[in-house]
Amino acid sequence: MKLYFKYVSILFRSQMEYRTSFILLSIGQFFVPFLVFVSMYFLFQRFNTIGGWSLYEVALCYGIIHMGFSISECFVRGFDSFSSLVVNGDFDRILVRPRSTILQVLGSKFEFTRIGRLSQAVIVFVYALSNLNIDWNFNKILTLIFMLASGIFIFSGIYMIGATLCFWTIEGLEVINIFTDGGREISQYPLSIYNKWIKRFFTFVIPFGTVNYLPLMFVLDKVEGNSLIYMFTPLLGMLFIIPCILLWGFGVRHYKSTGS
Amino acid sequence: MIQVKSLNKTFKVAKRNAGIGSAVKSLFKPQYSTIHALEDISFNIDEGEIVGYIGPNGAGKSTTIKVISGILVPDSGKCDILGLTPWKNRIDHVKNIGVVFGQRSQLWWDVPVIDSFNLLKDIYKIPTKDFNDNLDLLTSSLNISSILTTPVRQLSLGQRMRCEIAASLLHNPKILFLDEPTIGLDAVSKIAVRNFIKTINKEKNVTVILTTHDMSDIEALAERIILIGKGRILLDGSLTELKNKFATHKTLTVDFKENSSDINIEGTSILSRSKERIALSVDLNKVKVSEVISTLSNKIDIIDLSVDSRPIEEVIIDLYKEYQI
Repeated sequence: MKLYFKYVSILFRSQMEYRTSFILLSIGQFFVPFLVFVSMYFLFQRFNTIGGWSLYEVALCYGIIHMGFSISECFVRGFDSFSSLVVNGDFDRILVRPRSTILQVLGSKFEFTRIGRLSQAVIVFVYALSNLNIDWNFNKILTLIFMLASGIFIFSGIYMIGATLCFWTIEGLEVINIFTDGGREISQYPLSIYNKWIKRFFTFVIPFGTVNYLPLMFVLDKVEGNSLIYMFTPLLGMLFIIPCILLWGFGVRHYKSTGS
Repeated sequence: MIQVKSLNKTFKVAKRNAGIGSAVKSLFKPQYSTIHALEDISFNIDEGEIVGYIGPNGAGKSTTIKVISGILVPDSGKCDILGLTPWKNRIDHVKNIGVVFGQRSQLWWDVPVIDSFNLLKDIYKIPTKDFNDNLDLLTSSLNISSILTTPVRQLSLGQRMRCEIAASLLHNPKILFLDEPTIGLDAVSKIAVRNFIKTINKEKNVTVILTTHDMSDIEALAERIILIGKGRILLDGSLTELKNKFATHKTLTVDFKENSSDINIEGTSILSRSKERIALSVDLNKVKVSEVISTLSNKIDIIDLSVDSRPIEEVIIDLYKEYQI
């Protein structure tokens, strides 16, 4: 863990060598998704509720998924941009060092400009919470933390799957963005507004439903019956990372390297 | 120390003809051809040896280095390095080795060299005292103390290579793999790198395995060479043996007072000839150099002469020709 922070520190210093670019990119990262939220806002001005969910409830959904997304994009960027490590042979370098490949790939790149996206997500999140009348208790706060963690784990898992594919092919990896960007766009809204197969796919295959929709039912007191199950769904969603890690280990053994 | 036994490795490579038509075709029905990168590679290396691993491009040099440094998993074969199998005990194995890839950097591009070294200290969990001792030794013998605070991207290639070598030795490895360490370096840096490799081999008894296309590296460093071509080991022996086997000719260059008479000596062939100078290739199996000289001195008035062995490059070219690689 200490080493991980050393990686963060050295790459942060690298990034600060290019300060202007960092500031401009961060501002861009703030406004692009923020416009998405603005359009969401006007949608609700027109329709008031969607599938029985109010603007603030959906804003909470949006805030959580975007926080999870931007944090994972910042700190798991190494897996997201893994193809470049394979193409220029830097993965060789990682393999000749006595540390786990996962830690080193994580440490190979951080995208600090995602601070822009993260801050807009936090603003929306706070805006939503301050306008909702929620009966707060310890369990609900804990659930919010679970939700955020679950989001980070699931996005990271998808990045790892995408990275693992690089061991076999470098081409056509944009496919994986269907699940990261697509999953993010879908989960900006509660899953209940979609049709059945989308709901099932994003609950049981890639469990984005456990990041916001299911636990939010608990936080917003929308559940009848045993609500504790809903509280712990984010933890189940986090299990998604396990097969991803196993798949990664399998992929590393099939690494072919590039000629030099 | 290093025991490699019948390693095999094949790669599947997508075949594609030129042109957009075949590009589209390969999209739907890719064709693969199999390349035998390594076929039945075996060798043993003892502690403290410097081994030159040579062969033309695409012969399998880098693949071998990658297998024994734990990067690639071979299809079959055994490898035992200090009691460990590289692709099975990767993490323990790589603690014992240092690797320098001449064409790739292991330093962090945008930060000062010393920051990279400090990060490596944490990656390899080097105790502070060892680290400081090593750093002192390496910076003074590689003469890099003045550039430690310069960002890597601002270093010249020669400076960077010296830093790369220092970086690969910070954790006191017992084996050092050098993949084309002198590629692109100027004469001064090349000699500095070579001398340093010699020094650590002598003083710290580090085993060195070196791949290069620069035969003067081999001549300066390696006592033993392993020649690989098309994935097979073709030759494994000392450099002197190799030279004796292939250096059957010497070049005799003679300057003399103007003379245009015919010079034709048994066992020699004329490489070039002018009014005042002649270069002869002497076949040592047929005639001695001293005999040629005495014959010559009878015919012409010699001013100066020199005898040269064939450069190692030519020997290697002959070798490649003989094995058809």
